[in-house]
Amino acid sequence: MAETPDGAQERPVLALDRIVKEFPGVRALDGVELELHPGEVTALIGENGAGKSTVVKILTGIYQPDGGQILIDGQPTAFPTAQAAADAGVTAIHQETVLFDELSVAENIFIGHAPRTRFGMIDRAGMKRRAGEILASIGAEIDPGVRLRDLGIASRHLVAIARALSIDARVVIMDEPTAALSQKEIEELYELVDTLKAQGKAILFISHKFDEIFRIADRYTVFRDGQFVGAGLMRDTDEGALVQMMVGRSVDQIFPKRESLLGVELLKVVGYSHPTEFEDINFTLRRGEILGFYGLVGAGRSEFMQSLIGITKPSKGVVRLEDRIKIIRSPADAIDAGIVYVPEDRGRQGAILDLPIFQNVTLPSLGQTSKHGFTQLAEEFALARKYTQRLDLRAASLDTHVGSLSGGNQQKVVIAKWLATRPKVIILDEPTKGIDIGSKAAVHDFMSELAAEGLSVIMVSSEIPEIMGMADRVIVMREGRIAAELEGDALTPETLVRHAAGIGLKEDAA
Amino acid sequence: MSMTESTGTGRRIPDQLATPAQKALKSWESLLLLVAIGIFVLNSFASPYFLDAWNLSDATFNFTEKAMIAFAMALLIIAGEIDLSVASIIALASTAMGVVMQAGAGTPVIVLVGLLTGLACGGFNGFLVTRLGLPSIVATIGTMSLFRGISYIVLGDGAFRGYPDSFAFFGQGYAFWVISVELVIFALLAVIYAIVLHRTNFGRAVYAVGNNATGALFSGIRVGRVKFILFLLTGLMSGLAAVCLTSRLGSTRPSIASGMELEVVTMVVLGGVNILGGSGSIPGVVIAAFVMGLVTFGLGLLNVPGIVMSIFIGMLLIGVVALPRLWKLMRR
Repeated sequence: MAETPDGAQERPVLALDRIVKEFPGVRALDGVELELHPGEVTALIGENGAGKSTVVKILTGIYQPDGGQILIDGQPTAFPTAQAAADAGVTAIHQETVLFDELSVAENIFIGHAPRTRFGMIDRAGMKRRAGEILASIGAEIDPGVRLRDLGIASRHLVAIARALSIDARVVIMDEPTAALSQKEIEELYELVDTLKAQGKAILFISHKFDEIFRIADRYTVFRDGQFVGAGLMRDTDEGALVQMMVGRSVDQIFPKRESLLGVELLKVVGYSHPTEFEDINFTLRRGEILGFYGLVGAGRSEFMQSLIGITKPSKGVVRLEDRIKIIRSPADAIDAGIVYVPEDRGRQGAILDLPIFQNVTLPSLGQTSKHGFTQLAEEFALARKYTQRLDLRAASLDTHVGSLSGGNQQKVVIAKWLATRPKVIILDEPTKGIDIGSKAAVHDFMSELAAEGLSVIMVSSEIPEIMGMADRVIVMREGRIAAELEGDALTPETLVRHAAGIGLKEDAA
Repeated sequence: MSMTESTGTGRRIPDQLATPAQKALKSWESLLLLVAIGIFVLNSFASPYFLDAWNLSDATFNFTEKAMIAFAMALLIIAGEIDLSVASIIALASTAMGVVMQAGAGTPVIVLVGLLTGLACGGFNGFLVTRLGLPSIVATIGTMSLFRGISYIVLGDGAFRGYPDSFAFFGQGYAFWVISVELVIFALLAVIYAIVLHRTNFGRAVYAVGNNATGALFSGIRVGRVKFILFLLTGLMSGLAAVCLTSRLGSTRPSIASGMELEVVTMVVLGGVNILGGSGSIPGVVIAAFVMGLVTFGLGLLNVPGIVMSIFIGMLLIGVVALPRLWKLMRR
């Protein structure tokens, strides 16, 4: 039994005991512990991929654990459905709650569990009254009768919160609740959290921002790679200790880091900006270099990369490749220039799942395999074979649909597709996300090989071991800007996390 | 992994597991061909007049004009778009031809005006969809009313008559013996479209766009351009159909080709093109054209009225599309 900040002994209202959750090829949660106490805010801290979202899904009945137990008031229980979790008083305020524009505020709050009259009809008056009570309890001055479309963003957020609280919650989960809010709205949210605390609710607060964790949390729990690392009271810890817990990993993955022989400067990006997503991005890339881009989710890395290949238009900025200015208005232009992009969203952006492997591989290279615009199947199979074989693709045939392959093999097809265009620069966005360990290693090996052959690689990754293991140099982005450029001794897990989260650095990396 | 696997270059993945012939045998097209043969045999038993060369030749006029449009429409639907204004494009193109005919233009100019009107209408549809980003089904329902509306304004209750004799060549002429000019145009277009869709980079891009437009864009396909070209082609084919139909009828009324857009779409879907885009073939559309032509002609010989015929075509469409799905459900 943990000690409360007030020094009293209190039993957690909800606890997770050695919870295990496995997905094909990955152990997302490996025996994690978590305790939530009434009237207290517990911050759940960890890197991207530490298992925070998986825990939220288990607590709200969306995922079922493969081991361990959930305890409510010390009693083992199970949440087979989202309804069961709601009935037990667990509710979540998500980053983006789905609301209905054409319905009233009260209807939005009670959708799915509206109060009924004796005759089974929706009790409109009762619903409106209770909606008003809930809104008042969180200090929101919103008329429950108005249609949602007439409200502003901030009020909508309050409606989403009221909806989460409409089920008489004992445990409130807030998953990055401030991600989309302005400073004023954040202050209002803090006040709301204080109100909920005073009402005796247990709050699980997930955030990447250390300042707000220290502002409102009473306790912390740290996860790393799906494992429980530690927990305690906020007043007994500091930023340094938390960062250390988040990143201080045992390096159990071996990265094929080679001695890099960097060539001449190949790519130079100057002043790349976008009205909303990123601003003033400057960097250079040398031949044979692997340049890492690290940052939190939403730091603008993918948006910048997609702008670089012509998907979105930058507001200003210049790309120079081999000392020539390149104007890139579409991916076709980027391919012509020799810059290719392996997107994070494989199913939607990377591959065309219902087309066969060979057609996926040759799609950007049809100019190479065809004659006067007519396709030549033999050439296509030869090209597809050449590059998929190098990546050790496993498939029944080259005519197999990409959608029937495993995630790792799909990724190999996508990478093969881009290598077949013989690019100068290849951008890999989260290249090993969601693929099995074996394929991961193959992709890493391959990246090293490519760099050794003189190809320049930009690797966007949120996995610290991958960044540390693969990159020669790392650019850290925060809120759409470059926060730091790190290499050599300055490149450590701690500096990465500090720059990404914007925590003050004692000794700045020169 | 229990067995030792060689890594790297040791294993060889076969190109294809089934040969193209094996694939063709199991395809939708071969099923449809069976249906076509079945209807042919049934028809020859049902009416003694069916197996007559001139009667069969007449039957082809039931589908040649629609099929011209259906080829381009097939590509458009495979690419994930649709054009419901094709029949109205025929009306507008035919009206434009009538106007220049009355002004004294000769056959070459009349034909050119018909084709260019079709091209312009297709370009307008393409502009609405690829530049303004309207959903094609909405945009072309709009232009369906717009194009035919212009026809009505120009013609009112009237009609254009008096096309030059040489203009009759397209809809009434014969290349040799019973083979009509329209049938020759149909056959040529079938070959051209089959090559474009199945043997060119452009055809590959059409499939890529229809399966996953985002993925195609990321792969360097100029998605907007591909779609615009397809709208242009569909408009041009509608213009060509307008030339043939106007020539065959010898006159232009604003109600010309009313409702033909649905018959064209029916032909395309019957031919195995996925209405949601991504798959389909030109041979399928060719066979579907024959199936629809044979059914209407056979029923016509039996003096079945037009309304009943459309019921028949509707049932045929649902039946042929639903059967394979029912078959799958039953085997589960």
